[in-house]
Amino acid sequence: MAKRRKLGRGVAVVGAGMSRFGMFRDRDSKDLFAEAFRDMTASVDKGLDPADIDALYLGNFSNDYFMRQSHWGPLISDLVGITPKPATRTEGACASSALAFREGVFAIASGFYDIVLVGGVEEMSKRTTEEVAEGLALATVPYEGKAGFTFPGVFGAVATAYFEKYGAGREHLMNVTIKSHENAPLNPKAQYPYTIRDMMEAKKASLEKRGIPVPEWEDEKAFLRDSKVNPVVAWPMHLYDCCPISDGASCMLLVAEEIAKNFTDEPVYLAGMGQGSGRGFHASEALTYFEATRYAAKEAYGMAGMGPEDVQFAEVHDCFSIAEIIHIEDLGFFREGEGYKAVEEGRTRLAGPKPINTSGGLKCKGHPVGATGISQLYEVWTQLRGKAGARQIPNKNLRVGAAHNLGGTGGTCTFTILERR
Amino acid sequence: MEERAFNDISYEKFLREEKLMGSRCKGCGRLYVPPRPLCIECHGAEMEWVRMKGEGRLAAFTCITVPPPFMMAQGYNRKNPYCTGVVELAEGGRVDARIVGVDPTNPETIRVGMPLKVKFLHWEEDGKKETFLAFEPA
Repeated sequence: MAKRRKLGRGVAVVGAGMSRFGMFRDRDSKDLFAEAFRDMTASVDKGLDPADIDALYLGNFSNDYFMRQSHWGPLISDLVGITPKPATRTEGACASSALAFREGVFAIASGFYDIVLVGGVEEMSKRTTEEVAEGLALATVPYEGKAGFTFPGVFGAVATAYFEKYGAGREHLMNVTIKSHENAPLNPKAQYPYTIRDMMEAKKASLEKRGIPVPEWEDEKAFLRDSKVNPVVAWPMHLYDCCPISDGASCMLLVAEEIAKNFTDEPVYLAGMGQGSGRGFHASEALTYFEATRYAAKEAYGMAGMGPEDVQFAEVHDCFSIAEIIHIEDLGFFREGEGYKAVEEGRTRLAGPKPINTSGGLKCKGHPVGATGISQLYEVWTQLRGKAGARQIPNKNLRVGAAHNLGGTGGTCTFTILERR
Repeated sequence: MEERAFNDISYEKFLREEKLMGSRCKGCGRLYVPPRPLCIECHGAEMEWVRMKGEGRLAAFTCITVPPPFMMAQGYNRKNPYCTGVVELAEGGRVDARIVGVDPTNPETIRVGMPLKVKFLHWEEDGKKETFLAFEPA
């Protein structure tokens, strides 16, 4: 049994912000982070003087590759006007900013700093799809890259192994996509704020307008089965199984628990957190789950003194539809091999007993990889404070939520539990 | 067997010689393909080379229509996808490998569990020689 972890002193989240996510031709990493920063400062109920920030931890996966610019820590500390305070960049592929969050927590828990800005940023859309595929594939293990695996490819392969073992199929993946797209229009920051039905109707209208015969799609699944609108990317991953290419930024203000009330009467507290590392897909224990997620979850639940049943809702790393099914099993929300049934039964919908990805998830909200981890925690924080507007979970006693972030092909996984006391 | 470091450079070099090689821990006997310099079972550091028979079964696969640039250079694209997968070797352990001799435009005909045998794909571009590990239906 792993040692039960605890912090030297408690840490609270007193502010959170994110930019709109999307593909922006005329926006860059700096003004996206500025948007997230302004959103965060506005969320601090009793106000924040940025001069009080002790340090910055910034997650960024690979603006080095995407923008030919590295060393983003000081660029961002300068942007928000806190130089010469220290700025440190963290990298864990798509889990880069979850690592920044953890570093911020450690820095406060150790007693070294009291007020820490943590954030993430990524600017991907100025590259072609193929270049982005190559850039992301830098975070696979070398053998995967050499064999021609892309990220959708690895998750496609995971899906074939999962289908074979549990008898699930493509139709079950569609349930995840349809569910996430139900939440998306309720999120004003989402890259694709549309339901699948919205997209189907828009497609019909556009075909009609151009005088092209309109296919008879009787429902969303028929639309998704049509390879003209939903082509294969990496079998069985089709376009609508994959998160988009995105630009965006996110940030949070972490403070020592004892000063949290100076910032807000409604702090959200860190209850538990865990991080795991994993081997390449080919060398993992099984091809149908992620060991690193399971380890991270065990650590986080142990630290929080909680179990999966205590987590009322979660954001999970649905970079691909199959990933969401696997994560909700790995995190203990549903039994191994039964995640796809839970989604089919509607248990993970906004009004269901275990809402998953109320933000629309990576699939609809967008996935600027370095910004994703903290944007997930932003959603959990927003829900816990009852400020999620139209997508607020219809539960008056929302107290505990969590975020799961995955980097690479499961090489870095984190699980973070936040609570309202 | 000649002395070669237990690393990816040697693994690639052996592939160019049409050998699929792994390392075996002299302490506990655990086999690793691709090779590892350190045993993650008993933490021993004494390894020996072992040649694989090149037989296995398909454990997972995908057919890719949006390839990275180096695969596009080999002629793959949205109209001409390729299959790649994870192969469980007869000796145990799994490797990532291209899957050839199957129809990537018809992925429903490719089955997890199908028996495979090794094939080495040699590639030369601008004088640079490379070998890709592949498997085909046995």
